[in-house]
Amino acid sequence: MDELSGYLFVGAVLFVCGVICMTTKRNGIGVLMGVELVLNGANLNFVAFSRFSPLGLDGQVVALFVIVLAAAEAAVALAIALNFYNNHQTIDVDRGNELSG
Amino acid sequence: MPVILAAGNLADFFETEAQLTEPWPMIAAAVVHVALVGAFFGLPAGIGIWAERKVSGRIQDRLGPTRVGGKFGWLQSLADGMKLVQKEDLAPSAADGMLFRVAPYIVIVASITAFMVLPFSDGWVSVAMDCGLFLIFAILSLEVVGVILAGYSSGSKWALFGAMREAAQMVSYEIPMAICGLVPIVAAGSLNLGEIGEMQQGLAYNWLIFNNPCTLAGFFVYFTCATASCKRAPFDLAEAESELVAGFLTEYSGMRWSFFFLGEYASMFVVSGIATILFLGGWHDGLGIVSGLRANSQVGEYIAQILGIGIFISKASLLVLVQIWVRWTLPRLRIDQVMTTCLKYLLPISCVLFLGAIIWPLLLMGTGKTHLISPLGERVPRTAAVEKVESDLGEASGIPMDLEDLIENESSEGEAPADDSTSADHSAGDDEATDAPEEAASDSGEDK
Amino acid sequence: MAGAQLLFLLFALATCASAVMVVVSQNVVRMAFWLIISLGSTSALYFLLHADFVGATQLLVYVGGTLVLLVFGVMLTASGPHVKIKMSPAEGFLAAGVGCLFLAMIFFTVIPVANDWDEVVIRLEAQNDVTDAGGGYNALGEGNTTRPLGLSFLGTRPDKDLNSTSGTLSTGYLLPFEIVSVHLLVVLIGAAYLARAKRRVDAEEA
Repeated sequence: MDELSGYLFVGAVLFVCGVICMTTKRNGIGVLMGVELVLNGANLNFVAFSRFSPLGLDGQVVALFVIVLAAAEAAVALAIALNFYNNHQTIDVDRGNELSG
Repeated sequence: MPVILAAGNLADFFETEAQLTEPWPMIAAAVVHVALVGAFFGLPAGIGIWAERKVSGRIQDRLGPTRVGGKFGWLQSLADGMKLVQKEDLAPSAADGMLFRVAPYIVIVASITAFMVLPFSDGWVSVAMDCGLFLIFAILSLEVVGVILAGYSSGSKWALFGAMREAAQMVSYEIPMAICGLVPIVAAGSLNLGEIGEMQQGLAYNWLIFNNPCTLAGFFVYFTCATASCKRAPFDLAEAESELVAGFLTEYSGMRWSFFFLGEYASMFVVSGIATILFLGGWHDGLGIVSGLRANSQVGEYIAQILGIGIFISKASLLVLVQIWVRWTLPRLRIDQVMTTCLKYLLPISCVLFLGAIIWPLLLMGTGKTHLISPLGERVPRTAAVEKVESDLGEASGIPMDLEDLIENESSEGEAPADDSTSADHSAGDDEATDAPEEAASDSGEDK
Repeated sequence: MAGAQLLFLLFALATCASAVMVVVSQNVVRMAFWLIISLGSTSALYFLLHADFVGATQLLVYVGGTLVLLVFGVMLTASGPHVKIKMSPAEGFLAAGVGCLFLAMIFFTVIPVANDWDEVVIRLEAQNDVTDAGGGYNALGEGNTTRPLGLSFLGTRPDKDLNSTSGTLSTGYLLPFEIVSVHLLVVLIGAAYLARAKRRVDAEEA
């Protein structure tokens, strides 16, 4: 089915961009943005499969849960990032290396 | 065709009548819708700015604009617009050029897009969807993104402070605003703005603001929060000229500056329109004229639609006028007072109202009514409800006439004395459908 | 459906291009801007998939809430208006290479899935006693999914059971819904505590 593959491709691009963003950005909030992209790629797949499968709204429900949990995750991660900034005076995640022996 | 195509019947019309091939009916319909909304949107923004100047002038014992366009300065907005278009489009050197140029468009797009789901009369809406109210609140919440970007990219501390204040204020006021929007939703039982509007036909006591004390109080709380979320005075801390020069607008000039204002007036109209539909009867006049006309004939229905649009726009404009009046009458609050008002007072109040709206039908259970003032909202006794279902079934399966009549008589004894007029009959049906959930559920179950 | 395809192409391109721009930009605020465009276009894709409620939630919670929070975070942690924590060009090339390989890998897994999808649908229908071929929830009326979604959160599944021939009822999502609500409350309190705690220590030190 052509339409389905289109949505899956977009989801794949979002996912890969998110992963690259997470691995290369050194700004803590940039890493968070990468996580958001990954979650959106997954969400797009959920909704697309829900649309093109005969199984009703399961995919949409899961997508809603993902959106809510992403909001929660962003709130906690942001609080951690602010604490990190208060302790290190920077948001560069490479500076958080106290635990490396 | 997906709902987002915003075309609906118009696209079908272009496809069948005008014989257009596939992508073009959609595009043509979208263009027509955009042109309608655009013309409509440009008009109240212009009138709103003119009204603001006239009203503020009168409140301050001045005349306001008098010369442009002959009397009353009624072309003043056009003259302003032409002046702003001619101005140089400049960005400060300290600014982040791309974001600085894009930010006004985000604000104005967020404001105009909200018109997409705002119905102006029964069914006269570009996209009718079940989650209409939800989507409108979602779109209006995007405006703050443009404001933050504008403030941040200006490269000026005034703009940054203004944007931070604005963001904090808009994000906080959205919460009580949305919760107060839910108070009439509890009474109406639908998020579809068209359905909510139609629910309030007939006489004025059917308006949701008179449904229960919580909706009555909810209207005023909603209106306060709406004023604040449109960054209107007395909540216009973001552009408090005595402290912040002009807040996030400091570095803007010319057309980009005016985009922020067009966006502000558009969202003023949108929040007033939502208040009109949710609380003040939408496109119904409260005297039963619109619903009476509609019941008469095909032509009457069309006239009723036109009349409905006029009524809707006048009600919403009246609320816009109140916002202008408040702006020029009340002094500006301090930022801590603004935040205190929202988080310590409006938010708990709106939560209590929401809870009250849920409890209210339970309180009324003993009285046998679901509506105190309106004679239409009487609770249908359970036996009568069951009999009504049976009579519906009987109609479907062809039970003899006399038995059916008997059941009809019995159930109408149990029902409300709802024989005042045709319109009253209509709303009695609606009230039952929303207020007696057992009956509605069993009815729809039988239909399927 | 050519109109829908046109819109799909438009929004798919916007989504992908701005996702790439998120990775490429070095300025955090610009990253946030491109992320907003990307997530906004994703919500448009949800609307094209007849998922109105999910699209509206994406706009309200994600773009209007989470991203505003992120931009706030950027503002609070930025030492100047244009923050750049740069990475070296070599890292950039490496990341681009790995990314392309990764993307190619996913594409080659996606293609067979999409090709065999019709068979999968037939198998799913057989396994779940569902008769509605290819319609999905579309029969409920062009994306008006608000009511069935609300009912599924209350524990009943009309969207599934109305198409089913087996007579058994499906379970809904009442328990996950409750868990998520409690989870949100905990997160709210926890985030407020985390963000406040340090400031108090600062006040004592100063």
